[in-house]
Amino acid sequence: MSTRLQNGGRLIDRAKPLSFTFNGKPVQGYEGDTLASALLGQNRMMVGRSFKYHRPRGLVASGAEEPNGLVGLGEGARFEPNQRLTTTELFGGAVTQSQNHWPSLEFDVGAINDRLARFLPAGFYYKTFMYPRAAWKHVFEPIIRRSAGLGKVPQGRDADRYEYAYAFADLVIVGGGIAGLCAALAAGRQGKRVWLIEQTAHWGGRAVVDGAEIDGKDAETWVRETLQALEGMENVTLRTRTMASGLYDHGYLLAYERVADHTPGDGRPRHRLWRLRAGQVVTATGAIERTLSFAGNDIPGVMLASAVRDYVVNWAVSPGDRTVIVTNNDDAYRTALALLDAGLIVPAVIDARPEARGELPGAVRARGVRVLEGHGVARVKGGKRVTGVSTCIQAGEGAELETIACDAVAMSGGWSPVVHLWSHCGGKLIWDEGGAMFRPDPSRPATGADGAAMVTAIGAANGVLDAAGVLADAHKAAGGKGKAPQATAKPETPVLPVWIMPQGAGPALRAKMWLDPQNDVKVSDVQLAAREGYESVEHTKRYTTLGMATDQGKISNINGLAVLSDALHRPIPETGTTTFRPPYTPISLGAIAGEARGEVFQPLRKTPMHDWHAANGAHWEPVGLWRRVYCYRRPGEGTHDAVNREIRQVRNSVGLLDASTLGKILVSGPDAGRFLDMLYTNMMSTLKIGKCRYGLMCSENGFLSDDGVVVRLNEDTWLCHTTTGGAERIHGWMEDWLQCEWWDWKVYTANVTEQYAQVAIAGPNARKLLEKLGGMDLSKETLAFMEWREGTLGGCRARVHRISFSGELSFEVAVPASEGRAFWEALMAAGEEFAVAPYGTEAMHIMRAEKGFIMIGDETDGTVIPQDLNLEWAISRKKDDYLGKRAQQRSYMASPDRWKLVGLETLDGSVIPDGAYVVADGVNANGQRNVQGRVTSTYYSPTLNKGIAMGLVKHGPDRMGEVVEFPVGDGKVVKARIVDQVFYDKQGEKQNV
Amino acid sequence: MAMKRYSVFAIAREAMSYHMGWQRAWAAPQPRKKYDAVIVGAGGHGLATAYYLGKNFGLTNVAIIEKGWLGGGNTGRNTTIIRSNYLQDPSAAIYEKARSLYETMSQDLNYNVMFSPRGLLMLGQTEHEVRGYKRTVHANNLQGVETRWIEPAEVKRLVPIMNIEGPRYPVLGALYQARGGTARHDAVAWGYARACSAMGMDVIQQCEVTGIRSAGGKVAGIDTTKGAIDCDKLGLVVAGHSSVLAELAGFRLPIESLALQAMVSEPIKPCMDVVVMANTVHGYMSQSDKGEMVIGGGTDGFNNYTQRGSFHHIEETVRALVETFPMISRLKNLRQWGGIVDMTGDRSPLISKTPVDGIFVNCGWGTGGFKSIPGSGWAMAELMARGHSPLAEEFSMYRFREGRFIDESVAAGVAH
Amino acid sequence: MLTLECPYCGVKADETELAPGGEAHLKRHGPGSTDEEFDGYLFARKNPKGVHFERWRHAYGCGKWFLAARCTATLEVFGTYPAQSTKPPVDLQARIKLKRPGWEGYK
Repeated sequence: MSTRLQNGGRLIDRAKPLSFTFNGKPVQGYEGDTLASALLGQNRMMVGRSFKYHRPRGLVASGAEEPNGLVGLGEGARFEPNQRLTTTELFGGAVTQSQNHWPSLEFDVGAINDRLARFLPAGFYYKTFMYPRAAWKHVFEPIIRRSAGLGKVPQGRDADRYEYAYAFADLVIVGGGIAGLCAALAAGRQGKRVWLIEQTAHWGGRAVVDGAEIDGKDAETWVRETLQALEGMENVTLRTRTMASGLYDHGYLLAYERVADHTPGDGRPRHRLWRLRAGQVVTATGAIERTLSFAGNDIPGVMLASAVRDYVVNWAVSPGDRTVIVTNNDDAYRTALALLDAGLIVPAVIDARPEARGELPGAVRARGVRVLEGHGVARVKGGKRVTGVSTCIQAGEGAELETIACDAVAMSGGWSPVVHLWSHCGGKLIWDEGGAMFRPDPSRPATGADGAAMVTAIGAANGVLDAAGVLADAHKAAGGKGKAPQATAKPETPVLPVWIMPQGAGPALRAKMWLDPQNDVKVSDVQLAAREGYESVEHTKRYTTLGMATDQGKISNINGLAVLSDALHRPIPETGTTTFRPPYTPISLGAIAGEARGEVFQPLRKTPMHDWHAANGAHWEPVGLWRRVYCYRRPGEGTHDAVNREIRQVRNSVGLLDASTLGKILVSGPDAGRFLDMLYTNMMSTLKIGKCRYGLMCSENGFLSDDGVVVRLNEDTWLCHTTTGGAERIHGWMEDWLQCEWWDWKVYTANVTEQYAQVAIAGPNARKLLEKLGGMDLSKETLAFMEWREGTLGGCRARVHRISFSGELSFEVAVPASEGRAFWEALMAAGEEFAVAPYGTEAMHIMRAEKGFIMIGDETDGTVIPQDLNLEWAISRKKDDYLGKRAQQRSYMASPDRWKLVGLETLDGSVIPDGAYVVADGVNANGQRNVQGRVTSTYYSPTLNKGIAMGLVKHGPDRMGEVVEFPVGDGKVVKARIVDQVFYDKQGEKQNV
Repeated sequence: MAMKRYSVFAIAREAMSYHMGWQRAWAAPQPRKKYDAVIVGAGGHGLATAYYLGKNFGLTNVAIIEKGWLGGGNTGRNTTIIRSNYLQDPSAAIYEKARSLYETMSQDLNYNVMFSPRGLLMLGQTEHEVRGYKRTVHANNLQGVETRWIEPAEVKRLVPIMNIEGPRYPVLGALYQARGGTARHDAVAWGYARACSAMGMDVIQQCEVTGIRSAGGKVAGIDTTKGAIDCDKLGLVVAGHSSVLAELAGFRLPIESLALQAMVSEPIKPCMDVVVMANTVHGYMSQSDKGEMVIGGGTDGFNNYTQRGSFHHIEETVRALVETFPMISRLKNLRQWGGIVDMTGDRSPLISKTPVDGIFVNCGWGTGGFKSIPGSGWAMAELMARGHSPLAEEFSMYRFREGRFIDESVAAGVAH
Repeated sequence: MLTLECPYCGVKADETELAPGGEAHLKRHGPGSTDEEFDGYLFARKNPKGVHFERWRHAYGCGKWFLAARCTATLEVFGTYPAQSTKPPVDLQARIKLKRPGWEGYK
């Protein structure tokens, strides 16, 4: 059984016991435990079920590479599925649940898949479930979906918060083992800005477990002293619980700090996502041990040899009382020694190599342990827990020689450098024949902005596995002065690549050799893929799902591609690896989203009157980052009624619109007029001071992009109003042309949108209302239609424009933003006798439609040119050029068959549905109904008490009076007559008083 | 090579012999000296083109040349969404053709591509967007594409995990295509490759085109890393690398190559049966049969051939989706990746003749490639075989010159 | 995640501060140009796999447009220079040629 040992455990604090639950049952552990070590300490080896066959799954590893130990952690708004036991620090009160089984972990109905495994080889679903056709969606897929998946679904809003953080460094060193520490020390001493980050809560990596000696001290002491030295350096930043998740171009390193995963609910952000800009990145990310492929290697109790000694040394947990070691290298003998030191039994070491005569095997032999050279495991016995192994000759076909009783198996298939970060930005690998590993190819690194290498791999991540070599490598890579720290460790004899155990295993055994225990991919699956022509490693991965599990194949990928290479009789480097992609281990989506949620999901732009609106029944609509008032609802009033009331208020008396969001761009300079003549289709240079002119802007591709009133402020200065959504875009557009095309023109632009509050005062009583405020003569004689004046209104500095978008007598008054709220409230107070009321965007839209004015975004959609909207009057004929002019001369744009703007009036007074099309006879070559137009704006007009609309219709202006048809679904057709687009006050008498 | 049929009986039979009897899904031939037609690019579009050349026009002396591995480009990198709720007639025609071919693709190819018409929603989150989608519904109904506008309550019923309340962008309804959905992307390429191979076509992988030969303004053949190949007709169907090949052929295409990224979460039990696209906030999401939440967003903004994108786009997408589906905040990102998409000036594709007689091009699918594969192949095959195709008619590379655009950004912010 | 040095303010700007603007050194064709010229100007953009000259705006910085020479296959940045340039600076071209001997040169 697995148990907590009486002594030892370098990471646990036995004085601080902690309790938590697993599947509702209480479990005890200590501070310093991971969930994995605590569970194992209480003989909980089986922790889950596999993805496909629902086979029992036990812990395999002790770190980030763990494929099986995944649980649901926490409850309610703090529940998280698929939390990795081996990388989750134990905290008191943790609630954990195993996954992917029903009704229980021990008894799972889904395990029927295991019985059927023979019929469910790799890719079986591509070959069946095709008939009857509807059955995939309705029968097969739902069953597959339910049995797949892993963790339970979190519910509702996350209770935690997350944080973004930014930093810059000359050097970011990833990995806090002796390689990283040594490099940090060397770089720190040179005064470089250094970040050293470590994914676990502890420094020292493997060396402290494996017991190297450094500069005459034990590794633990050397690590402690080195840390003290680093902590004393102001230029060095140290962070634990921080995992480098991905390296992006130009040295952008993403690091995921698990701030409060082990102290949930303490008020700190749960995760912090660091964006580090690194001059250079050093990966000291170590190596990951590989499994060995023998039959039954997925039975709970079969673990990585390094993990077994981690549990013993770090947490004083013995995975088993009797542990058989299976290996192809010397390193696994350290596990045997660790177990023996802890007083546990090692019945045998099964070594696939013909000879195991190195110092480490010697030391194990000297302790009386049997070493079976040239042997392999024929089969692991057991179901939910290992009960024994049978041995065989590695070179044979798996004939069983003897059975060794045991309750754990520690396997080691050699080591694979962690090359993820090295590879993320295009760093290449080479196959190291001697070490049987892919390691970074220093001649083909990822390159940065300057084209030079931006990543250096050191230590085990660079394929250097012995402590002495690691330190020398790290010291050198960091440009260390003087001698590198010296390490001594027992020398190792070479690893023997073993991809299948035994070498000649037949199909029955190969179907029991797991490569990927989470996704249930076996040696036989990879061989099947190869046989069927899925020869690329990417094909094999996708066909078998090898390495696509939540561990992304950290322990299985190399074995898989070796098996593939063998099946295809080609060398391993020719097969290559799949692409390494971020993140290194999964990171929470919450951390990626950061603080941006709810009200602060995006920045909110507010006009000076925003809070007044909010307090007065505003029903908002988002317009870019602004929120504008759609209408103001009075108690008990519906949206539609509110809009109609607002329109009647304006038409009959006076209303106020907050128009502050309209873009306001100052264009100034000796060449400003010439510039605006290029920008607008109209002539703006001839606009007289004191006057306003409506203008159109087109893209260089000819399409209408924005409109607004242009005001000439003085000889050199124009003020250009844009749409709400267009302000930043148009300002950028102006700058683009000024800086990149006409850079010799003397023009200055400034976006002053937020410097002013702007209010439209519209309605027959508008002038009376403003006169009540006093300070300016706003009579028709002094301020005619399409003119502006500056002065003081009710004590506010004001620029008053006599322009109208509603068709009523209307003034748009701009005041400094700081005076906006006061001005608005003064208007409301002064307007009491006219029952003045604010109106929203919808009322504005309807009133402009009643007047036949176009709206950018309604009448235009990026495919409409001014000519389509009969706006030729706003296109100057005197100009040789303006942006978009050449485009509008192209054949399709100059065609007389384009759809043109008209008014539309239903025969029965109803409202044409939004977006409806005018049909024509017949169908096109693709069988689609022919169309000849569409509605662009359609509303119920409370003024006229009927539906009104504008639309684009082929040859529309020539077809006045003609009735056209709009099919509106369910076989219904709305008939409408083509009419003039101006429905209200055609002579413009209302606005011109 | 003759093709053994896949079925549950075949699996049962093979299970008795440890599946040792399965034959290759497609052959691995060396190129011949000459073919009637050569397709460059063994992605979904190239393979579909070849398949329909054979199936619809009896043209089987065809080679499909692939620089890497078949299906290894954007076909195997996308978020597998299939829909045809496009606004403009030419788009709706070809995407609906594609969608309808997806309906029977598993049976046609005898390869389960797992087309799952699970329903697709495009959320309306501003008044402007709502009007745009309502217009799309009207257009679709006249185009023979079944879509409808649904109200917020129905959105919530279809997607219980969605936050429809805002506060910033409340869901005002959705454009709903009940027969939109997803399919298994790799399987589409593999299924077509197997069917092409069975028709006697040569799928030649690990073979890079190094030159394109023409004589008297007419195509003569190509040079490759596996030798020269002559052909009467040449189809270039290589997505992100189209400009590079066009340069070999001596003309320039109106496209730019950009990175497009996607990602998946760790798998969880089923929680969302439909595909949801939220274009105001820029993100879309579906749940794969494995249980992963499959997530995508908009393209990066600069020319890029690296198949890597910038992280801030991922951030923006995830922010949008965490706001839309608050529960995913506690899921973890398992893997992110990028592809190279080829974008035209109006974001619609090119299926076109070129300045060189006999060379045809099919590219510019931008972010909409996967969903169009069978329709694109169908139209391209017709264009290559007959010289014209109603489905391809409007997608000529010369349309920009006339100012005749097919702009889908009209209704939706992003045209995925 | 690119960093480009803004030639105006000297800031090493992060991609999030920048707005990309497509191909640099376009010659504007207005009224009087042929359909081919106009099509070439607006749509037939260069799309090389390799050395590319392009426009960027330091949008969330000094607001200036500038030009960059960048490799689209490796994302190496050869240099940045003011937008008020009709062609890439000669020394920049020489630097690129040195790093990419196979480069055909600016056309």
